[in-house]
Amino acid sequence: MTLEATVNSSPTTIAELVGHRTTETFALRDEESKREIRRALLQAVCIPGYQVPFGSREMPVARGWGSGGLQVTLACVGADDAVKVIDQGDDEGVNAVNLRRLVTMSTGIDETTEVDEATLIQSRHRIPEDDMNENHILILQVPVPEPLRGIERDIRELARMHSEADYSRMWVSLYEDKVRNGVITQSTGYPCLVASRYIVATTPIPRWDIPRLHQSKFLTLFGAGREKRVYAIPPYTDVEPLTFEDVPFEVESADGATCRLCGSSESFLVEMPGKQESWSCSDTAWCRRQRNT
Amino acid sequence: MTSIHVPSPIIQVRNLGKYYGNFDPAMIERTGPEHGTARDHVTASIVAAWGVNFDVAAGEALGIVGESGSGKSTVLRCIAGDVAASTGDVRLAPFEDGNVNILDLDPSARRQLRINTLSVVYQDPAEGLALGVTAGGNIADPLTAAGWRNFGAIRDRARELLARTEVPLDRMDDIVRNFSGGMRQRVQIARALANKPPILLLDEPTTGLDASVASGVLDLIRQLLEELQVAAIVVSHDFGVIEMLTERCLVMQHGRVVEDALTDQLLEDPHHPYSQKLVAAART
Repeated sequence: MTLEATVNSSPTTIAELVGHRTTETFALRDEESKREIRRALLQAVCIPGYQVPFGSREMPVARGWGSGGLQVTLACVGADDAVKVIDQGDDEGVNAVNLRRLVTMSTGIDETTEVDEATLIQSRHRIPEDDMNENHILILQVPVPEPLRGIERDIRELARMHSEADYSRMWVSLYEDKVRNGVITQSTGYPCLVASRYIVATTPIPRWDIPRLHQSKFLTLFGAGREKRVYAIPPYTDVEPLTFEDVPFEVESADGATCRLCGSSESFLVEMPGKQESWSCSDTAWCRRQRNT
Repeated sequence: MTSIHVPSPIIQVRNLGKYYGNFDPAMIERTGPEHGTARDHVTASIVAAWGVNFDVAAGEALGIVGESGSGKSTVLRCIAGDVAASTGDVRLAPFEDGNVNILDLDPSARRQLRINTLSVVYQDPAEGLALGVTAGGNIADPLTAAGWRNFGAIRDRARELLARTEVPLDRMDDIVRNFSGGMRQRVQIARALANKPPILLLDEPTTGLDASVASGVLDLIRQLLEELQVAAIVVSHDFGVIEMLTERCLVMQHGRVVEDALTDQLLEDPHHPYSQKLVAAART
């Protein structure tokens, strides 16, 4: 085959195809599909708490492993961004490392473990302990975006309940929980009312982090890849956990426990697997900084 | 047919109609009691109810009686909003002072009426209750829909209602599926009364209960109707129920009202041949 033929004809073999692909796509996906996600995100920001469908694609991670959060991150990332990815509160979790590498390798942007330096923070389970501001976008990987899933299975009825803000059955489920267990037991994914309109699932974060969402300075985007939904809590938006007037909303607590590494009692502590009464901060970057200062 | 005049009615129903299938103006003439059917032989449409007019005053219970398929439940469900009426004008005095035909409201606004204006007690408790939820939780549902957000107050109100409907309070936190038929019906009544609605619709409330349980539930309904002074519509095929609960009733056959009379008068001296047949059947 002559040189001229290679240049002028379409590739017919895989070897030729590889040779043809001279430029990498920025952030893995083509511009059109990222634009489609950004459109859905804009709608989500305009209607706080409303679940917007989007064309969730196959990703290099399996669905259920953060594919929704990853698609949101890749749709938002620009050349000047710096990304932090945490799994639980840990930057070094296997999944966090994989997702972070995928983002940095496909964009060439910086990675960081420090909230101060990051502009995009993708997380499963936690909001970082550090203060965040208008420069941050928090992207949460969501397993089940539908807060009413446990009480209604018919998708048309769910749509109707959301559109009419007909949430009495959600209140009944909280009532039943309190009657059966004496307390409201739901821990992660605690239902919250956003901007006095839509109930959202705050999955995957624990109750501890919910007060951080209320009137937050930062934008929070929720991506559910398997369920093909995105939703958002814009900055300075009311987020009220659903609770009865005479049953105060309580966050998780470990009485008297302190982190065995940094000694803090103010952060969200998790028990070491297999070791009773041995606690440490869930946010590892924050814990490390506490020890160094 | 002339209708008994009711001053300042709570419920006002005019020309209520419901058909299934295609509409042909002539099919109205081809169906009804004179033809012995609600099904039009030309279009195969069903005229389930047509030209229904009545008023119900505050504190009054109106009965609708007739055999299966006579259209009585259709009338009730059109008013409740479970079935979309084909035509007609229904006004409720407690809603916008009776200035709005509720049949014109969208489904969402119709559902709003069910929160604290109008309640329905169905023959089958599964229709009015969530069987997997506790008795208290079933009452919490309409209360939270009406904006109650205090757990203690919801418990107190549920307790009060269950006591009033004679449900043992130690069963308050049991799921309704584990209740007997009579007790389920009492919970359904308690739930219907949660937000003190001025209008109560009862669709065969004691059908399917055994005789002794039915009479207990019937007694309860009669006491409540007297005590609460709601405007009620009671649909039943059973003259015993109609006689006990209502002062006035309509007799329906093949989708039309054939007689409108005071209940005791009707039982003494039914005019329409169909009413005579029904009364005779009930008296034997």
